[in-house]
Amino acid sequence: MFRLTESPRLSEFERQVLPHLDAAYNLARFLMRNDQDAEDVVQEAALRAFRFFDSFRGENSRAWFLTIVRNTSFTALKRHHADESNVVFDEELHGEQSPPMDAGATLDRAQDKLTVRTAIEQLPSEFREAITLRELEGCSYKEIADIAGVPIGTIMSRLARARHQLQSILSKTYSEAK
Amino acid sequence: MTIDHEQIRELIHPYVDGELDLLTARETEQHLRNCADCRGIENALRALRETVVNSQPAYRAPSRLRRNVRAALRREAKTTQKSFNPWLVFATGAASTLLILAAVLFQTTRASRNETIVDEVIANHVRSLLATHLVDVASSDQHTVKPWFDGKIDFAPDVRDLSNDGFPLIGGRLDYLDGKTAVALVYHRNKHPINVFIMPATANRDTSPSVVTRRGYNVLSWTHRDMRYWAVSDLNEAELRRFAEFLTQ
Repeated sequence: MFRLTESPRLSEFERQVLPHLDAAYNLARFLMRNDQDAEDVVQEAALRAFRFFDSFRGENSRAWFLTIVRNTSFTALKRHHADESNVVFDEELHGEQSPPMDAGATLDRAQDKLTVRTAIEQLPSEFREAITLRELEGCSYKEIADIAGVPIGTIMSRLARARHQLQSILSKTYSEAK
Repeated sequence: MTIDHEQIRELIHPYVDGELDLLTARETEQHLRNCADCRGIENALRALRETVVNSQPAYRAPSRLRRNVRAALRREAKTTQKSFNPWLVFATGAASTLLILAAVLFQTTRASRNETIVDEVIANHVRSLLATHLVDVASSDQHTVKPWFDGKIDFAPDVRDLSNDGFPLIGGRLDYLDGKTAVALVYHRNKHPINVFIMPATANRDTSPSVVTRRGYNVLSWTHRDMRYWAVSDLNEAELRRFAEFLTQ
């Protein structure tokens, strides 16, 4: 007779946060670069988010949850391989000289997906983060800055550099494939 | 003023991303129309974005993950609910139930009274910032501020400048709190204003500062030498606590 119904806090949390599970997994997957680690990170982040749900002020649940996913990912990255985030991009190899890609250069769809994913994964972690949030999740500069915890100016230059590197990697891949 | 090449290299990404304000966007657009080099950069960037977006590289959460997350959340919700066991309440018997009820009632009245004062403190603080009515007597000199209160109130608050500790005194004013006249002293910490409300305490026991955070404001309250203090600011809790220490040293 005294059976407690499902916690209203849990149903509110599920309503606000679970719709962003795809975005969370996408970010974690590009940061962690493998399925299992990404799943672990998202699960851990979801639990942490639930514990801190009282601190959520109700404006932007996606950015709020992605911030937690992002922080959990970076903590895990540091734990797994301490040197990962400092991969220095080889400017010699991927420098200014590489020819710009032809507009709409494609191989075939399935191949493209794999090529682009692999190219993004070659970027340093901060750049993977910026590209994923901007190009795949459509976040604004402000949102990315909030999620990454850095000023908008930093995001602007990160994004520019990340795209430059991505362009070099992709045009190299496509010219090799010809 | 027109935009040169150096600037356009910086602006071209936010331009393509639609992150520029209207005016800058129009200037960038104009520059692009007349400059083939910059247009080349723009086109390459658009081509890159097209390649990335068209290849649909985003990952989707596997359904296994979705199930696992929901299950983990349910477990978590259950453990946090365990602390409330209704049968324990029945088992305590009528007498203790009444006792608990009385205690709870007493606590809630006290707590809600304290809550109202905290709300009032924050409201006073916000109002003082909005109305540019921060101080009635503007001075960093404690010997100017303290005498100003003479004859206006029936208690003598301790007024001191804390410039040397990094909290310069800005001035003071009279305010109302809990239906009574209170002294408000205003200090600054790196452009964060701090309002301190002081009035005679109802109990003459010193208490150490306790903090309540609401709407982004920290409210620290304590009792010291028969005076009740409330310090309110958007300053972080650690700094506010340091401030309280200096104030009642």
